[in-house]
Amino acid sequence: MPFTETLKFECETGNYHTFCPISCVAWLYQKISDSFFLVIGTKTCGYFLQNALGVMIFAEPRYAMAELEEGDISAQLHDFDELKRLCVQIYQDRNPSVIVWIGTCTTEIIKMDLEGMAPKIEQIIGCPIIVARANGLDYAFTQGEDTVLAAMAHRCPVIQTKQNQEDQAPLVLFGSLPNTVAEQLTRELANQGIKVSGWLPESRYEELPQLGSGVYVCGVNPFLSRTATTLMRRRKCQLIGAPFPIGPDGTRAWIEKICKVFDIQPQDLDQRENNIWESLQPYISLIKGRSVFFMGDNLLEISLARFLVRCGMIVYEIGIPYMDKRFQASELNLLEKTCQQMNVSMPRIVEKPDNYNQVQRIRALQPDLVITGLAHSNPLEARGITTKWSVEFTFAQIHGFTNARDILELVTRPLRRNNHLKDFGSAKRALVRTL
Amino acid sequence: MKLAYWMYAGPAHIGTLRVASSFKNVHAIMHAPLGDDYFNVMRSMLERERDFTPVTASIVDRYVLARGSQEKVVENITRKDQEEKPDLIVLTPTCTSSILQEDLQNFIRRAQTTTDSDILLADVNHYRVNEFQAADRTLEQIVSFYVQSNSGDIARTKKASANILGILTLGFHHQHDCREIYRLLKDLDIKINLIIPEGCAVTDLYKLPQAWINIVPYREIGLMAAKFLEKEYKMPYVSITPMGLVETASWITQVCEKTNSQINYQKYIDHQTRFVSQAAWFSRSIDCQNLTGKKALVFGDATHAAAMTKILVREMGINVCCAGTYCQHDGDWFREQVQAFCDQVLITDDHTRVGNMIAEIEPAAIFGTQMERHVGKRLDIPCGVISAPIHIQNFPLSYRPFLGYEGTNQIADLVYNSFTLGMEDHLLEIFGGHDVKTVITQKLSTDNNLTWDPAAIAELKKIPGFVRNRIKRNTEKYARSQKVDQITVEVMYAAKEALAA
Repeated sequence: MPFTETLKFECETGNYHTFCPISCVAWLYQKISDSFFLVIGTKTCGYFLQNALGVMIFAEPRYAMAELEEGDISAQLHDFDELKRLCVQIYQDRNPSVIVWIGTCTTEIIKMDLEGMAPKIEQIIGCPIIVARANGLDYAFTQGEDTVLAAMAHRCPVIQTKQNQEDQAPLVLFGSLPNTVAEQLTRELANQGIKVSGWLPESRYEELPQLGSGVYVCGVNPFLSRTATTLMRRRKCQLIGAPFPIGPDGTRAWIEKICKVFDIQPQDLDQRENNIWESLQPYISLIKGRSVFFMGDNLLEISLARFLVRCGMIVYEIGIPYMDKRFQASELNLLEKTCQQMNVSMPRIVEKPDNYNQVQRIRALQPDLVITGLAHSNPLEARGITTKWSVEFTFAQIHGFTNARDILELVTRPLRRNNHLKDFGSAKRALVRTL
Repeated sequence: MKLAYWMYAGPAHIGTLRVASSFKNVHAIMHAPLGDDYFNVMRSMLERERDFTPVTASIVDRYVLARGSQEKVVENITRKDQEEKPDLIVLTPTCTSSILQEDLQNFIRRAQTTTDSDILLADVNHYRVNEFQAADRTLEQIVSFYVQSNSGDIARTKKASANILGILTLGFHHQHDCREIYRLLKDLDIKINLIIPEGCAVTDLYKLPQAWINIVPYREIGLMAAKFLEKEYKMPYVSITPMGLVETASWITQVCEKTNSQINYQKYIDHQTRFVSQAAWFSRSIDCQNLTGKKALVFGDATHAAAMTKILVREMGINVCCAGTYCQHDGDWFREQVQAFCDQVLITDDHTRVGNMIAEIEPAAIFGTQMERHVGKRLDIPCGVISAPIHIQNFPLSYRPFLGYEGTNQIADLVYNSFTLGMEDHLLEIFGGHDVKTVITQKLSTDNNLTWDPAAIAELKKIPGFVRNRIKRNTEKYARSQKVDQITVEVMYAAKEALAA
C-alpha cells in the first residue's frame, strides 16, 4: 500500500449489505423498559425482524408489526382508524408509557402522514406517541437509533432549575447504552468531578432528561448526527464535539474534551489509560502488525479503526454507510493523529461502499482480518479470508475504559481460532485436497 | 392493518430468491431498499453456504423515489451480466418496489439489448401470495420459459426416468430427502433425469420432457411446474409425499405403475418395510406400546403436518388431538387429508391461536415448527420440529432425511425421544428434581467476610443470569486479592478491568 499523508474520502455505488434501520427496536425496547415499539410496515419488515432478532421474538417482546395489507396500500382502509384501533389495543394490553411508531419504506412511499396522525391518536388514548422514520430508503442500520432519539429529543422536558453561578452547567449524554455501561461512563466523569445530569434515553421514558439553552450535550456513539443536530438547533443545547469513548484512547480523549469544556484539569487520566493498555497487552501482541479491512455497515467503523491502529494494526480500508464529517470531526482528527503517531499509512474511507468491488480489493490485498456482515462472512472464510462479524460490535459492550478488552476479545477471536486450528479445515491449505 | 408479532411463511420475494439462487449460475437482482437483502444472511448462515449468494439489490433510495429507477436497474443488470456471466438474471420486485409501479418489464427489454444473459421478471403479487406460492410460481415460470424456447424434438429416455421437482435452498431437510429419493429410485431401476432447481443449470431445463414422470415430493413447491409439464408434454406426475411407511409404499406403487415398471415392487416394499426400516418393528416393540393413546398436536406446512399426522395415528397409535397448517391457501387439501385421523383441524397463520390451542389441549408432545417448540418450552411440553420455519439447528450436518425408509427411522427416533424426554421431566419432578441451581453459589462462591453494598447488588442483578455467578465469583476473588471486604460498584468494574492483567 502506498504511504499517504492525509485521509482519503471516496464514495461508491451504495450496493452494500447492512441491516435495515428498523432493527434498532431490538436494543431500544430493551433499553427503554416502559416503551412499546410499533413498526408500521409489510411482511418483509416483519420477516427481517423475526430472523434478525431470533430468540428475542419468543420472549413476549414489547414490539410488534402493524402489518400493512392490500387494503391499506390501496387506501381502501382508513389509516387513522386502523392505527387507532391497534394503539388502543396495545395500550390496553401492555400499558406502556410511550408508543414509538417506526415508519418504514412503505409508509414513506404511500405517504402515510404518521406525524400528522400521532398527536390526534395520542389525545384519544392518552399515551405519548413518538414517530421515527427509520426506513431503508434513507438510513442504514444504527442510524435507526438516531431517528428515534432525534424524535425523542423533542419530548424531553424544558430545563427548570435556575442554577447558581458556582454550579457546573448541566451535561446530558446521548446514545443508548446498556445500563451498566452508562453507569460506568457516568462514574468515569464523576471521578473528574463532572456531574452527568441525564441521559438520552434513560432506562425509563418518564425519566427523560431536561434540555434547554445552557445545557451541554455530548454523544457516545458515532451514528447520532441527527440527534446532535436536533439537540443543537431545536433544543438550543451546546454540543461538545469529541472523539467517542471507544477504546482507552477514545475514552481518554472523550473525557479530556468534556473536562476542557467545563474548565477542569483532568486527574490521573494518564495512569488510568496506561493501566488499561497494560492489561490489553496479551491481545495486542496477537494483532500487532496485522492488517484489517472494514467492509462497513454500522457506522462504528471510524472509531474502531482508530482504536485498532493504536493497537498496532494496519487498516487498509474503512467502509462506512454514511460519513458526517462535522459530527465525527474530532474522531477523524484523532484517527489522523493516531496514524501519524503509529507511523502507518492513512486508510481510505469509502462511503456507501460497493460490496462487489470490495471483495475484489480484499482478494488483491489479502488482509489478515475482514470485519463484515454475515452475508459475506462464510463465503470469505471459505476462500481463506479470516472474518469477524460486524454486528457483534453493535451489541457487545465496547464503551469506556472498562470494556476496551471486550473489543479486542471480539477482534482477536477469529485469530485465536486460527492459532488453535492451525491449518485444519482451512480453505487455503485444504485438508480435503490431500485426502 | 394487522397486529403481528411473528409469521410462519415469509414474504413473496423470499420464495422467488430461494428458487433463483438454487439454480446454478442464475443471479437474482432485487429491486429493493437498503437492508432488504436479508436473504443473503439467511442463506449464508443457515445453509452455511460457502459461496456468495447470487443475489444483489438494485437499491431503491430517495433519488429513485423522486426520479424513478431510470438507468439504475438497467445498469445493475448489465453490470451483473458482465461480472458474473450468469445464464439467467431474475429481476425480483419486493413489496416496497411493487407499490412504485415502475415498468420493470420495460427495463428488462432495454437491458436485453446489451446483455448475453436471459432476463426474467418474477411474476408474483407481493400482497396476495406468500413465500411458498411465490416459489411455486417462479419455478413454473422459469421451467416454462426454458422448455418452450426449445424447438427441437423431445424424445423420452430409453430407460424409465424421472425428474424431481422442488428441491431448494433453505428447505426443511431438502438435501437429505433428495438423496433418499435418489436411493429409492435407484433401487427401483429408475434413472434420475433432472433435479430442479437445486444445482441444476437452466440451460439443461430443455431436457425436462425427456423423463417419463415427474416427482413432486413437497406439496408447497413444484406442483405448478408439474401440472404445466403434464398439460404441455403429457408427463404424468406423482405428488404423494413418501413420508412414513404407508405413504412411501403408495408412492413406490404409483411411481412404478406410472413408469410401467417390470420390477416386483411389492416384494421390495415388503423387504424394506420389515428389514431396512426399523419403524414397523418399533411400532410393535414394547417401547411404542407406552405411546398408545398419548395425546399429540401437529402443526406445520401442509406437506409435513399431514404426513406426520398420518404417521402418528396409523403407524404409532398416538392420538392426534389437533392437526393444523399455516398454508391457508391449501386448507381444503389439508382438511381432506387429515380429517379422518384427528379430532380437530386448525388452519391459521396466527401463532397465538396455535399457542392457545396447545395450552387448551395440553398434549404430551407437540410436533411443529420452531414457534411451537418455544410454546412448548413455556408450557413444559416437549416438541419435535417437523417443518419450517426453522433455526440453524434444523440444518444438521449429519444425514437426516424425513422421506423414504431412512426417513421413517429418523421420524421414529424424533417421536420417541420427544415423548420419553417429557416422561423423564415428569418423573424428575415427582422425585424432587435436579438440584444444580443452588450448589453453584453455595459451594463455589466463598463469601464469608465479604459484603456487597446495595448498589453493587443492584448492579449484579443487571447482569444476565447465565454469567452472573461467574462475575460474582471473579469479583470476590479480586476483592480478596486486593484485601477489600466491602464490594462496591467500583470494585466490580475494577475486577473486570484487572481480569486480563
